[in-house]
Amino acid sequence: MNSNWTSGPYLMDSKGLFAGIFHSMAENPGLLKAVDFLNIWGLILAGAGLIAGLFTRAAIWGGIALLSMYFLSHPALINASYAIPSEGSYLFVNKNLIELIALAVVLVFPTWKEIGLDGIIFRKKNSH
Amino acid sequence: MEENTQQASNGKNKMNRRDIIKGFATVPVFGALAFGIWRKKKLDHYRSHALREELNMSPEVTTQPKKIWDGEAIRLGIIGYGIRGRQLMKAAGFAAPSDVQDWKDRAEKNSDDKRYIDFKEQDDLNVVVRGVCELFDARVEEAHSAASNVNRLGNEAVPDTTIKKYKNYKDLLQDPEIDAVIIATPDHWHARIAIDAARAGKHIYVEKGLTRTLEEVFAVRTAVKESGVIFQLGHQGRQTGSYIKAAEAIDKGLVGDINLIEVTTNRNSPNGAWVYDIDPRGTEETIDWSMFEEPCEVKHPFSQERFFRWRCWWDYGTGLSGDLLTHEYDAINQIVKMGIPETAMSSGGVYFFEKPEHFVKEVREVPDVWNAVFEYPDRNFTLLYSASLANNRDRGKVIMGHDGTMELGNNLSIYACQESTRYRDKINSGLIDPSIPIYTYIPGRKDVDAIATATERYFAGRGLLYTYRNGKRFDTTHLHIAEWIECIRENKQPSCNIDQAFEEGITSAMATISQREGRKITWDSEKEEIS
Repeated sequence: MNSNWTSGPYLMDSKGLFAGIFHSMAENPGLLKAVDFLNIWGLILAGAGLIAGLFTRAAIWGGIALLSMYFLSHPALINASYAIPSEGSYLFVNKNLIELIALAVVLVFPTWKEIGLDGIIFRKKNSH
Repeated sequence: MEENTQQASNGKNKMNRRDIIKGFATVPVFGALAFGIWRKKKLDHYRSHALREELNMSPEVTTQPKKIWDGEAIRLGIIGYGIRGRQLMKAAGFAAPSDVQDWKDRAEKNSDDKRYIDFKEQDDLNVVVRGVCELFDARVEEAHSAASNVNRLGNEAVPDTTIKKYKNYKDLLQDPEIDAVIIATPDHWHARIAIDAARAGKHIYVEKGLTRTLEEVFAVRTAVKESGVIFQLGHQGRQTGSYIKAAEAIDKGLVGDINLIEVTTNRNSPNGAWVYDIDPRGTEETIDWSMFEEPCEVKHPFSQERFFRWRCWWDYGTGLSGDLLTHEYDAINQIVKMGIPETAMSSGGVYFFEKPEHFVKEVREVPDVWNAVFEYPDRNFTLLYSASLANNRDRGKVIMGHDGTMELGNNLSIYACQESTRYRDKINSGLIDPSIPIYTYIPGRKDVDAIATATERYFAGRGLLYTYRNGKRFDTTHLHIAEWIECIRENKQPSCNIDQAFEEGITSAMATISQREGRKITWDSEKEEIS
């Protein structure tokens, strides 16, 4: 919705063990463009896939990949505070981690075979 | 589930109506999503369109300096290589190999330290340094090694013995191989050197404050105007993108009639209060003390403290007035173009840096807490400056008008005033919210728009957006010197030329005299004199 959006400041605000890697992503203009592109389209495709139940397994893995990046770049450490305020006080376990685990749960219980477009595709494949 | 299993076991894989409904069960969510996006886009468009029309601000971002520096190299002379002289030479593209090596070593240890890469990538202005002048032996050597280091190397750099070292600036000014000089001496030398340089036909970049006394302001203006040299005063704020944008916003009346402008200085360290470290190498043998003191009416015995911390005494500078008020004044003069005030009144004192631990022999004379009030009856506003060197709460700069408030820093935000006449209808209809800026300028943003998201403002306010611009930090001092060099090449007037400098110099002198004589100073613009 905001054509000016870039992951730059978020990456610059990264803390913890992997902060250096995320900072270097933000400082390299070419890499930053790639990161922005992958993040925008990764989120759209993973989100749309999960809502529609389409290519759900790929969408889940994509979501897990993105969430683990968010988790690693903004870990909920005791002394870390971030530019974007969070609505709660977390220690180690934050919403990114919970969402990541939730996706893993869906992976174990493949509901998309029941509700969602994958159900139709799978059925078709089975019929051949 | 049961049904499916049954179907599978029966070998019947035909889809029934229920399966189709289950397959497409979540699709309506996309409809809701699309509707939401459409509504938001419509509102955003309406807001930005309506506001842009109302505000009439140009969408362009500020211009970048030109990248190609054709023609013959401009030959510089450097007069004064103290803290600021070193920064100016770096901004012109010259740093001592020891400094470059130090930045390189630090960058290897800490990838967040960008000084080395920033310096290496700084635009080459196609200038050379042909002579350096300093009163302190150790610094003349450092300045010389910086001047030699045209390739911006570390320890491997080789000194260039053809660059001359001078103890007396008059000898440097006689060198026909020098086209232009950068003057970064203490303030009590500015006028003499600038006047002599102008008479010698050298272009001039001189650090602020312009001069130490009122009389010198007139003398410098006369010399520069008569000689026609290209003159730039060192207010690098002229290059700050947000100030350039702020000037446009004031021109377009976004805040309405201005009635009060508040500017501040907020520092809290010995360094910020000019109580600098004393270099133990500086002795009577290595410093030309009589030359340093030459412009002083009353001569003082040799004092390391006075040499290295000269900003703390009236004999050499004007304290907060010439040092820091001038930056704030020039920023506002650039934006509001108000010129010299009709009256100036100032007061302050040495309230914190007066303890024995701060000074060795002599306690400072110039105030560390100081306020100045300037009246502009022809413009119907007051300019208020207030400074503390013992508290660094950032109070920023604020321009207050009947219709709105402008907050200035590296970012620029303009808020509508709740009781504004101009914005009343839009405030009543909910289109303008006085707690949200109607206009924001954030350097480094891809384009200028009336709407910046709260997150963006949040990040920008914490310095995370403007530090890097196209992946590169930018240094306003470099841009300011670059502008001066470009004007020399093209025979144009730079942004802080002698007319701007004259206004700065007179205003600062009025405030200094007010403090020292304890009275209100009035400027007669017809006769060009104070009373």
